[in-house]
Amino acid sequence: MNTLRVLGGIVINSVERVGRAAMFLYEVLLGSWELLRRFYLVVQQVYAVGVLTLLIILVSGLFVGMVLGLQGYNTLVKFGSANSLGLLVALSLVRELGPVVTALLFAGRAGSALTAEIGLMKATEQLAGMEMMAVNPVTRVIAPRFLGGVIAMPLLTALFSAIGVMGGHLVGVGLLGVDAGAFWSQMQNGVDFHDDIMNGVIKSVVFGVVVTWISVFEGYDAVPTSEGVASATNRTVVYSSLAVLGLDFILTALTLGEV
Amino acid sequence: MNQPSHSTPDSDVLVDIRDIHFTYGDRPILKGITLPIRRGKVTAIMGGSGCGKTTLMNLIGGRIKPSRGTLTVDGESVPDLRTRELFELRKRMGMLFQTGALLTDLSVFENVAFPIREHTKLPESILRKVVLMKLETVGLRGARDLMPSELSGGMARRVALARAIALEPMMIMYDEPFTGLDPISKGVIAKLIRQLNQSLGITSIVVSHDVAETCMISDYAYLVGDGRIMGEGTPTEVQKSGSEHVRQFMDGLPDGPVPYQYPADDYVTDLTRSIA
Ligand SMILES: Nc1ncnc2c1ncn2[C@@H]1O[C@H](COP(=O)(O)OP(=O)(O)OP(=O)(O)O)[C@@H](O)[C@H]1O
Ligand SMILES: [Mg+2]
Repeated sequence: MNTLRVLGGIVINSVERVGRAAMFLYEVLLGSWELLRRFYLVVQQVYAVGVLTLLIILVSGLFVGMVLGLQGYNTLVKFGSANSLGLLVALSLVRELGPVVTALLFAGRAGSALTAEIGLMKATEQLAGMEMMAVNPVTRVIAPRFLGGVIAMPLLTALFSAIGVMGGHLVGVGLLGVDAGAFWSQMQNGVDFHDDIMNGVIKSVVFGVVVTWISVFEGYDAVPTSEGVASATNRTVVYSSLAVLGLDFILTALTLGEV
Repeated sequence: MNQPSHSTPDSDVLVDIRDIHFTYGDRPILKGITLPIRRGKVTAIMGGSGCGKTTLMNLIGGRIKPSRGTLTVDGESVPDLRTRELFELRKRMGMLFQTGALLTDLSVFENVAFPIREHTKLPESILRKVVLMKLETVGLRGARDLMPSELSGGMARRVALARAIALEPMMIMYDEPFTGLDPISKGVIAKLIRQLNQSLGITSIVVSHDVAETCMISDYAYLVGDGRIMGEGTPTEVQKSGSEHVRQFMDGLPDGPVPYQYPADDYVTDLTRSIA
């Protein structure tokens, strides 16, 4: 009986939180609209997110690409189609690994930082202070960070995929002796703009919206104490990662149209 | 700059709080507070920790709504205002938060400039002059390039004060302006509150549990306890009050109407009880 009650409580709480998060998103979108006149605030945030994540994205992209090169070569060479290595690396990155790994890294690095920053601003009464100065913190603080994250994610994803292809090239062509011409031409012929690139772009935009939304909401909704901010940061990483992986499956299923 | 003279006695009151009730969840915090605040005066609101002083300020600022009672600021009923009107009203009130609430990613200069940039389109050269004037008022013109993390508690509060007067408000609410400060910084803040009140005619509300400093600078004092007004009058009157509750607070007695003991079972029974 008691377990049931606790369970019910958890369900009600989560539903209520999701509702609050949805209303919050609506407010943020309204605020974003007003930001069009002060777009430099958004540019600042894109820059801030970029500074945080660029290095980790580039390094991870390179290594993921190199591993893809190694693994792909070992499989392809068994079927005598090592020349398709470029295509394999590019497709894996553009359709799948680029958006997903970027989003996961983004959540761990920039998302958690966003939550901590906003949570601390709340705990130190900076947001309340703004309200009392007749400045809406959702428009001034949250919306620029939200838009910044949404804009940064596809850019970072593109960089990740690009550097990943370089990594694959480095290993495949440089170390394993795949023909450079075949590597690039197979890639060029096989990657479709609409089916593959746009698919990846859509994923990265969706991930950008969801991860940044979770990050700013957790910060804004944090209990305004140091423990509250710490657990909010934690939740950002967990929820974002789960959301990214779950949505990835749904988006893949939708675009492949086979489920 | 001085308050206009008013003929009716009522318009002498800038913030009119009548029979305000407020609860957090089902816990009553304020249980019927009537508390008029006069224009151009320094009004003190004193009371123990957690008695609802900050709550009262948030009510005046319209950040929360009372469950009952009326609250008007300069003739406008705060709980009934729409967001836009509320924001217009807030431009005319300054608030000094307990922690200062400076924006940590902006310098001292930019913090003071923040409300001006948000609400006006002053050209940069004039903005600079205005900000430096505000900083000069609090004696921190030289600290303009420091970041909030580099300031002492007293300095941070003075910067916050400069920011609060940036838009030349009609009133300022000070939430615990003295807590956590050394005697010199306390004196500086007290002097600033008095000075801003006298030179600019800014109506001031000082919320505090620092009896000595607060009484020194205020024209009128209210003592809040248990969600009600326990005593009021000029600081001297309050200090001489016969009410037991007021006596306990003003003299800092550990036991009295506010009990020393948190409610508990009988001590001996509690100790001798066997653990079931
Ligand atoms: N957001 C909230 N939710 C629930 N209870 C709250 C909330 N904020 C404050 N309270 C409670 O309301 C009471 C009054 O709080 P308030 O901050 O107004 O006290 P205060 O007089 O300013 O105290 P202090 O001198 O410590 O600043 C406190 O007992 C506090 O526990
Ligand atoms: Mg308080």
